[in-house]
Amino acid sequence: MLFGLLCLTFAISHIVPGDPARLAAGPDANETMVRTLRTKYGLDQPLPVQFGRYLRGVLSGDLGESLRSHHAVLDDLVRYFPNTFELVTLSLGLAVLLGIPLGMLSAVRKDTWVDHLARVVAVSGVALPAFWLGLMLQLLIALHLGVLPLGGRLPLTAAPPAPVTHLLFVDALLRGEWGTFVTALRHALLPVVTLCFPALASIMRVNRAEMIETLTQDYIQSARAQGFSGFRIVTRYALRNAMIPTLTMIGLRYGWMLGGTVLVETVFDWPGIGLYAVNAAVSSDFQPIMGVTLLIGLNFMLANLLVDLAYGWLDPRIRRPGPR
Amino acid sequence: MTTRALPLRPLAGWLEGRRGATRQLWRYARIFGRSASSITGLVLVLAFLALAAIGPWIVPYPEDARGAVHLDRKLGAPSAAHWFGTDEVGNDVFTRVVLGARVSLQIGLIITVVAAAIGVPLGVLAGYAGGALGEVIMRGTDVFLSVPALVLALAVVGALGPGIVNAMLALSLVWWPGYVRLVHGKTLALKEETFVEAAHAVGTGRLRIVFVHILPNCVSPLVVKASMDMGTAILAAAGLGFIGLGAQPPYPEWGAMISIGRNYLPTWWWYSAFPGLGIYLTVLGFNLLGDGLRDVLDPKSRG
Repeated sequence: MLFGLLCLTFAISHIVPGDPARLAAGPDANETMVRTLRTKYGLDQPLPVQFGRYLRGVLSGDLGESLRSHHAVLDDLVRYFPNTFELVTLSLGLAVLLGIPLGMLSAVRKDTWVDHLARVVAVSGVALPAFWLGLMLQLLIALHLGVLPLGGRLPLTAAPPAPVTHLLFVDALLRGEWGTFVTALRHALLPVVTLCFPALASIMRVNRAEMIETLTQDYIQSARAQGFSGFRIVTRYALRNAMIPTLTMIGLRYGWMLGGTVLVETVFDWPGIGLYAVNAAVSSDFQPIMGVTLLIGLNFMLANLLVDLAYGWLDPRIRRPGPR
Repeated sequence: MTTRALPLRPLAGWLEGRRGATRQLWRYARIFGRSASSITGLVLVLAFLALAAIGPWIVPYPEDARGAVHLDRKLGAPSAAHWFGTDEVGNDVFTRVVLGARVSLQIGLIITVVAAAIGVPLGVLAGYAGGALGEVIMRGTDVFLSVPALVLALAVVGALGPGIVNAMLALSLVWWPGYVRLVHGKTLALKEETFVEAAHAVGTGRLRIVFVHILPNCVSPLVVKASMDMGTAILAAAGLGFIGLGAQPPYPEWGAMISIGRNYLPTWWWYSAFPGLGIYLTVLGFNLLGDGLRDVLDPKSRG
């Protein structure tokens, strides 16, 4: 898989019309400078040789450098990724925390106003353009009401805590800087809500459908007949079985969120890899974009692995290889 | 009598067959009509298609579509003359939002059709031929699916350079794997069906099996997926437009309009609010319609 992903990023960086060496050299470069760059980056070699070079580079942690800033892409990714990671983790956490109970509630109170309201939220969540939702939240809450800041992670004047993990929230806690933590939280609220909304909607939707299905099963009926309380049945017996498809959706949505950060980070000026990729793409600086693509692909694969492991934990039948 | 009745018999049979089909259609329509959300979806999509079809003839200021300049009436608030207000060069936002429907329809159609045109043949090939070729196709599909579509499209547009054509090209290139997955799964299941085995046993050619027995049975889930994808593709293209890599202003594309309107927040809020509403209602319509179609055509795959 990883090898396939590397082939893909390599292929994309070679469909560029025109000459990457000339692009790198800038508009004022003369022929000799372009030729020097071409030799330096190995662009005069045959494709398989270039691919080998690329593979060796990636494996030894060399993702090339940005044409604009001349920073190594790997250093930039190390700097920006923690911000994206915090944004995505908080959003996914919020989506799961709200989506699963709401889905359950909607299933138990099927066809009442609670259910109808939940379904309206669910269909809207998937159809609302995240960037537009973000802008409208900024407009209403940050600009009109003035209760929350507009964007960024901290005010420009605030000094971030000395880095330990490079995760702003964790660092602020570790250093005991409560003020910074609260400020950071206020800055994070709007982007987290914006990014979480579509995921919340689809998690709720899948969980509702599965719960409705599960609640009609015989074993639930028999649990009811034995006099278990409704709450215990729903939370312990039904939820566990309804969780498997829900987990698949959570895994899928994690990937979607990594893509969505591109838009949400642009709106809220959040210094993560999404904004980094957009800035690079706008100025045709493609080494950083390839780095981000690779990193996001890698993350998505890891998330799917975690989901597979969680299946085994939820459903003991999956743990053993069944008879074939 | 008998000689006269003879030529009529095929016609009667044809009518009988039609009646069956009509009855089936009515049954579908009843299931569809029972759900308020399906009807809402249908209405929204029809309204969108109508705007796309007759937009240029009903808008109040057709010359504003491609960036006419009337600086005397720039950034006006919504009023009777300009329902959605005007933008920074005095163009009527209502006109541009309505004409944006046509642009979005083109974008959605092209991406969906190209994606299906690449994905469906590959899916059938992988499912029906199987073997090493099938394995290669499916592994390739997995690689494409391992990166979120928007990020991959960003990478492709980053390489090709911004613009509406490149954005559509990029999104089409990353959209097909979903179709491969769908058709591959469906083909594998159909291959085991008795009617396909029977066709095989009586010596029907492989191509004929694919075109007569397998593909027609894939149509329902494909229609459902295509309807959903129209919405998501429009959303993704608007996203690219918003970050400045898709349609370039003054082209009346919703995402690009929001992108510029963003600089005029909060005072001139109408500039970015209304194009966003256009995207939301369109995508909502296609999603609800897709849901409704799934309930009718493909009830087993609900999820």
